[in-house]
Amino acid sequence: MNTSATAANRQYATETLESAVIRFCGDSGDGMQLTGGEFTTTSAMYGNDVATFPDFPAEIRAPAGTLPGVSGFQVNFASTEIYTPGDKVDVLIAMNPAGLKTNIADLKGGGILIVNEDAFNNNNLKKAGYASNPLEDESLKEFRLFKIPISRLCEESLAETGMGAKAIGRAKNMYTLGIVYWLFDRSLEPTIKHLTNLFAKKKNQPELAELNIKALKAGYYMGETAEMFQSRYVVPKAKLAPGKYRQISGNEATALGLIAGARLANKTLTYAGYPITPASDILHFLSAYKNYHVKTLQMEDEIAAICAAIGASFTGDIAITASSGPGIALKGEGIGLAVMTELPVVIVNVQRGGPSTGLPTKTEQADLLQAVYGRNSECPCIVIAARSPGDCFDAAVEAVRLAVKYMTPVMLLTDGYIANGAEPWLLPQVGAMKPIEIKHATEFNGHSDDADGEGNNVYLPYLRNENLARPWAIPGTPKLEHRVGGLEKAENTGNVSYDPRNHQRMVDLRQAKVEKVAQDIPPTEIQGESSGDALIIGWGGTYGALHAATERLLKHKQKVGTVHLRHINPLPPDLGDIISRFKHIIVPELNKGQLIRIIRDHFLVDAVGINKVQGKPFLVSELVAEIEGIIAR
Amino acid sequence: MTQIELPKYTAKDFATDQEVRWCPGCGDYAILAAVRKVLPDLNHRKENYVFVSGIGCSSRFPYYMGTYGIHGIHGRAPAVATGVKAANPELDVWLVTGDGDGLSIGGNHLMHMLRRNVNIKVLLFNNRIYGLTKGQYSPTSLEGHRTKSTPMGSIDHPIHPISFALGVEATFVARCTDVNKGGLNILGDVLKAAANHRGSAFVEIYQDCNVFNHQAFFYATEKDTARETTVLLEHGKPLVFGANRDKGVRLNSTRLEVVSLDKVKEDDLLFHDETDPALAFLLSRMSHQQGMPEPVGVFHRIHKPCYEDMLTAQMNKAIEQRGEGNLEKLIHSGSTWTVGE
Ligand SMILES: Cc1ncc(C[n+]2csc(CCOP(=O)(O)OP(=O)(O)O)c2C)c(N)n1
Ligand code: SF4
Repeated sequence: MNTSATAANRQYATETLESAVIRFCGDSGDGMQLTGGEFTTTSAMYGNDVATFPDFPAEIRAPAGTLPGVSGFQVNFASTEIYTPGDKVDVLIAMNPAGLKTNIADLKGGGILIVNEDAFNNNNLKKAGYASNPLEDESLKEFRLFKIPISRLCEESLAETGMGAKAIGRAKNMYTLGIVYWLFDRSLEPTIKHLTNLFAKKKNQPELAELNIKALKAGYYMGETAEMFQSRYVVPKAKLAPGKYRQISGNEATALGLIAGARLANKTLTYAGYPITPASDILHFLSAYKNYHVKTLQMEDEIAAICAAIGASFTGDIAITASSGPGIALKGEGIGLAVMTELPVVIVNVQRGGPSTGLPTKTEQADLLQAVYGRNSECPCIVIAARSPGDCFDAAVEAVRLAVKYMTPVMLLTDGYIANGAEPWLLPQVGAMKPIEIKHATEFNGHSDDADGEGNNVYLPYLRNENLARPWAIPGTPKLEHRVGGLEKAENTGNVSYDPRNHQRMVDLRQAKVEKVAQDIPPTEIQGESSGDALIIGWGGTYGALHAATERLLKHKQKVGTVHLRHINPLPPDLGDIISRFKHIIVPELNKGQLIRIIRDHFLVDAVGINKVQGKPFLVSELVAEIEGIIAR
Repeated sequence: MTQIELPKYTAKDFATDQEVRWCPGCGDYAILAAVRKVLPDLNHRKENYVFVSGIGCSSRFPYYMGTYGIHGIHGRAPAVATGVKAANPELDVWLVTGDGDGLSIGGNHLMHMLRRNVNIKVLLFNNRIYGLTKGQYSPTSLEGHRTKSTPMGSIDHPIHPISFALGVEATFVARCTDVNKGGLNILGDVLKAAANHRGSAFVEIYQDCNVFNHQAFFYATEKDTARETTVLLEHGKPLVFGANRDKGVRLNSTRLEVVSLDKVKEDDLLFHDETDPALAFLLSRMSHQQGMPEPVGVFHRIHKPCYEDMLTAQMNKAIEQRGEGNLEKLIHSGSTWTVGE
């Protein structure tokens, strides 16, 4: 914690901090995601900048108390702008021994460690693999350890409610949250409101809402009266850009962005999907927004989902499908059909650790080459990537815009880290959003071979405009009946053609069309120096870590510049020029080196990769160290 | 709303300028001709038709129809067609598939499309062989069938397309043949019945692949045998067949048997009931190989709500209950807070 001032506040000292990182961890049944989420929302509404990292097991309920069953939620909140959930933890709350064991390595020396003492019984210690109770030996002495019998205290405070032992037991997360709220001087109001809404309104269990609120308050009063903590901490408001904010996760922002794209085009959105972690939430969110002219189809598999999207696109809707790596693999042939039929479809890939089923709940960026090249034959797709939870909104709008402008599929890459992570989102100004213009063909646009030259007399479905996009005539339009399909199309007429030269021409055209997108890419922004020792090129969800690392490198007087790519296929047209101004080109990625291959291929530069595949995001410290190492070479 | 008069279409209006490229003598030609002939009678607008297919000889069908069309990928036509219908329930969507396309690689999709009762007309061209890939056995090929990929005979147990469709809850299930020289030419009638059914309509069409599985259904289509080997299903009527209409099908306990009308009264025969799925299933098991006549006509027809109607209704209900969502509302739809200057 960066202590900038201390002041006495009644009987407690109050330390003012610039930022703090808290991690809640415990068994998956302990409600850590809800707890972390509540702390985040409260802090964001208070005015901090926040960044989160939820980390949960793939199993819904791994055996209670075991190491694989540990679920964690980390939140970084600050009075300055922050870009990552933080490398190291200032306050660790461990609800059981397994949580302690798997998370203690990330707690800073001197950090606050709050444990639920009641959970440290022989059984749980054994399950976590502790030979002796760490609360009773010397192993934790470098931390400020607070052993609190949370289960017992919570139970006692709720005893007179007359509720069942199970409900009371489950409320201990709110009791814990109450303690942490007291410690950081936070208001209970937002959480009380949320609990009321969640239990009383949505689940119609007002008694549970009351119970949890009681637990929350009891925890707070415990902090106040127990004289356990010597001081409280204050993280003042951050100076964020003025405006209206809301907390948003990447998946929700993606869903909203897709709807916004469809609304800007004044079109119905048809979404076809198949459940898969971590993409399912997009389906859930969209299903809840049907009144925005949204139709959601839960299909029988991912192949069906892309195919239904193609059918909907042919029919004139904004057609979307989303999945994660394994599902995208299944969609490959369908995406090829969309490329061939030149129909707009947005395919969202919320990347996760792989290959195969891999690490379903962990993050990775290893599907980039799949997105750019992973289909049979010459099958170019527009590929763009979102950089942060809130940015998923803009990226999704951009995906819809490009798909319909160029009449071709767009792959939008996000990842588990930004999809589940949340941040305060400065609400965009609706007035400033450009409408998406779609003009369906309604008239003949060309001549048949034997035309007499008197006006247009046929519809040519594969005639192209200045963007090389073909017209979009939809079923129900008189006279424009036409057929599309996966067989090679003759230029203009769209008839089946096996002519060798036509094939070459069409392959070239489909490629040229995707390359045309370069005209839509704004000048690349560079963080830091615009020439110098090292250019760092990143893409996707590593933005926060790279941004923070760059800030630190600049403070260290390193001559570095960082660009973070939204557009990957095609690449920004000015990237080559930027690359030429730096000595080292460094490409950090959460994979074995994928963007770096594209960069080397396009620009023939000797780029160096920083690669991590642990299912975890980059730490700022490790990036800084690696980059400084490369510069010093 | 002013009633716009429908143009009078003829079969020709449903043709395209593309040369039809099936092998000469292929049963597909007869089916194409029948479909083109039936559509003008249906009084639907031409621009509202969408023909969707997968991959296979039969799946080239959309290229030969002067309507909107999608020639998709192998097996996935039901999903593509579902997307079309979901986006615009007003369209008349027809799906053309083969026994390999629809029941092998696409079995999963066909199952789910039928179960959802998407209002799509499915024409499954069953030639009991893979035509386009030049003659491998298919999921409907009979046991022991020798093909390039089964030189010692097929060891797969074949699927009965009608049993499949009934098993996956299709609301309209019918069978007919590409041609019929025995005077039982019901293809047009069945197509019309399918078109007039509101819901998924599944039509199995016995189709001759005269290159790789010629005469597979000769028994059911030739002049001298057709009436002996097939029995026409008519709702509420007894199952009578034979060139002289002298045979019938009777339910004996839980089994069907062929009886001679010399000995059994018509009243004691099985009377067809389109609404009874169990009966339809029994009928679907009758096979020529076991010495039974094979039923043609409508096996099963019931009414259920259609997928795309309910999909649209839910959207409209959401709009009605929560108000039409606009961009401003969407963006402000969570709990928000304001940061001042
Ligand atoms: C993914 C994929 N796998 C395999 C094929 C090759 N293939 C094309 S058509 C076909 C079978 C066609 O048989 P059927 O559906 O019975 O149609 P028919 O040609 O007999 O009309 C196969 C295996 C393909 N096109 N795509
Ligand atoms: S191979 Fe068979 S099914 Fe295909 S076109 Fe020729 S005859 Fe018809």
